[in-house]
Amino acid sequence: MNIIRGRAFKFGDNIDTDVIIPARYLNTTDPKELAQHCMEDADPEFVKKVRPGDIIVAGKNFGCGSSREHAPVAIKAAGIACVIAESFARIFYRNAFNTGLLILESPEASRDIKEGDEIEIDVEAGEIRNLTQGKVYKVKPLPPFMQDLIRDGGLIPHLICKYRQTQA
Amino acid sequence: MKRPMTMAEKILADRAGLEAVEPGELVEVPVDLTLANDITAPLAIKIFEETRINQVFDPERIVLVMDHFTPNKDIKSAEQVRICREFARRFGIKHYYEGGACGIEHALLPEQGLVVPGDIVIGADSHTCTYGALGAFATGVGSTDLAATWITGRTWFKVPETIRFVYRGELKPWVSGKDLILYTIGDIGVDGALYKAMEFSGEVIRRLSMADRFTMANMAIEAGGKVGLIEADRKTLSYVRQRAQREPRIYKSDRKARFLEVREYDCSKIDLQVAFPHLPSNTRPVTEIPEIPIDQVVIGSCTNGRLEDLAVAAKILKGRKVHPNVRTIIIPATPSIYQQALKKGYLRVFLEAGAIVSPPTCGPCLGGHMGILAKGERAVATTNRNFVGRMGHPESEVYLAGPAVAAASAILGRIGSPQELGL
Ligand code: SF4
Repeated sequence: MNIIRGRAFKFGDNIDTDVIIPARYLNTTDPKELAQHCMEDADPEFVKKVRPGDIIVAGKNFGCGSSREHAPVAIKAAGIACVIAESFARIFYRNAFNTGLLILESPEASRDIKEGDEIEIDVEAGEIRNLTQGKVYKVKPLPPFMQDLIRDGGLIPHLICKYRQTQA
Repeated sequence: MKRPMTMAEKILADRAGLEAVEPGELVEVPVDLTLANDITAPLAIKIFEETRINQVFDPERIVLVMDHFTPNKDIKSAEQVRICREFARRFGIKHYYEGGACGIEHALLPEQGLVVPGDIVIGADSHTCTYGALGAFATGVGSTDLAATWITGRTWFKVPETIRFVYRGELKPWVSGKDLILYTIGDIGVDGALYKAMEFSGEVIRRLSMADRFTMANMAIEAGGKVGLIEADRKTLSYVRQRAQREPRIYKSDRKARFLEVREYDCSKIDLQVAFPHLPSNTRPVTEIPEIPIDQVVIGSCTNGRLEDLAVAAKILKGRKVHPNVRTIIIPATPSIYQQALKKGYLRVFLEAGAIVSPPTCGPCLGGHMGILAKGERAVATTNRNFVGRMGHPESEVYLAGPAVAAASAILGRIGSPQELGL
């Protein structure tokens, strides 16, 4: 997961979890089913357009509203490799790492990147590269344990992995 | 000398076994109570099972409330509830609520005496912050964090900075806790308290009923807040003593505590508020809004479905009829509130006015069932969110208000105030 490459899908400020995955679809916990309705109320065509590895770029307070972990789960299962935003709502921030969805805070990238821009992310180096515009935005590199956590697919798979290592 | 601390800092320091904590510090604390509902519990159960650790930390401290899509709206929801029921039986979960015992979680838990001042509560529901009204450090988490706490009985927090809100003066007629919190969110914005603790204080808060205090703490999350705290006072203690088994712990902010900011409001200048679509911060005084015809009114939810809210609605609806174009849905938040409303004659007033009385459920609040909006329809609701598609079709609209404006609007057929009815 060290290098991610995909196209940017742009959204505005205060994208709430009701937009990310409307409550009417929360009668399931199946990631595939949830993914089918990801961002539906903001862009009904979103899921059809996304290719694995693509990136969401949004404004401030991304993921505000309900605590539903179904939101990062749906985004990840839709094929999105990373969400870049100016800032994230608190519960969403925690849920994203817990479910293994990579998120990065970068006000600069959030402002600059345009819909459809080709983006490359180097997680270890802490760099977001805008290949279309030829620009580089620096982000604070994630601490190694958080990189591991994302690589393993979230907190629980990460703990299980670690547990197995100690048993081996 | 101990460093002066805010209420949030004191609770976390004390429970983490530390002399003092500072904002930004990470602390590990024991959790007094955990909560999940019919949407978040199935996911937490799935995660819990993935760990193959077949043991919960304490079956008496796990609360499961089947309130969102119940009475089950479809087969899938029924399956979700079945997963929770089986889990509850398997682990001997004492506080499992379904069917006629079930109410909306954030009204139900305090009513059942499950939360006391000084508690640390995490819930897989963002409005868990409601219990801040009791002086508990209570906040929403996702299903993974919750599942982990089911196993360990502990969790970690980053100590938040605190913004203190001070409310002074006299409230205008009909103005309630809902108007104060909408006004506050309108003032600071939906991320105005992001990652922060909000502390509500001042003479006005001390005079508010517990119901109004719950309403205010409930919406702390709508400003991005981690918790919405109110110091426990005599009113809190008398509320808790009638219900709870456990002993409260009282924490108050030190006089010299460091707040990130202190904001003071003169309440004599605050009118009845309405939050326009699609953000709770789009507030306007009811006196300054144009004619907006409506199709539905919802009075209920964890924000305003308590007996005091129904009392306000009954006062306004008594002897009047709801407008023929307005479906008026009234949802007592818990079975006990339902019963008391029956005894006090409120339900009769509602039925005679032409309203629908629903069983306790979240229902329309999250666009689940029992009152979904069609394309282009508009609702006034006493709920807490008016995001796009929250109550139904993505092109429908929700206007947030307190019970007084909601009830008056039901009669007027447009958004309006009790004053317009001569009240
Ligand atoms: S009433 Fe609405 S806000 Fe409250 S818990 Fe239910 S869905 Fe959530």
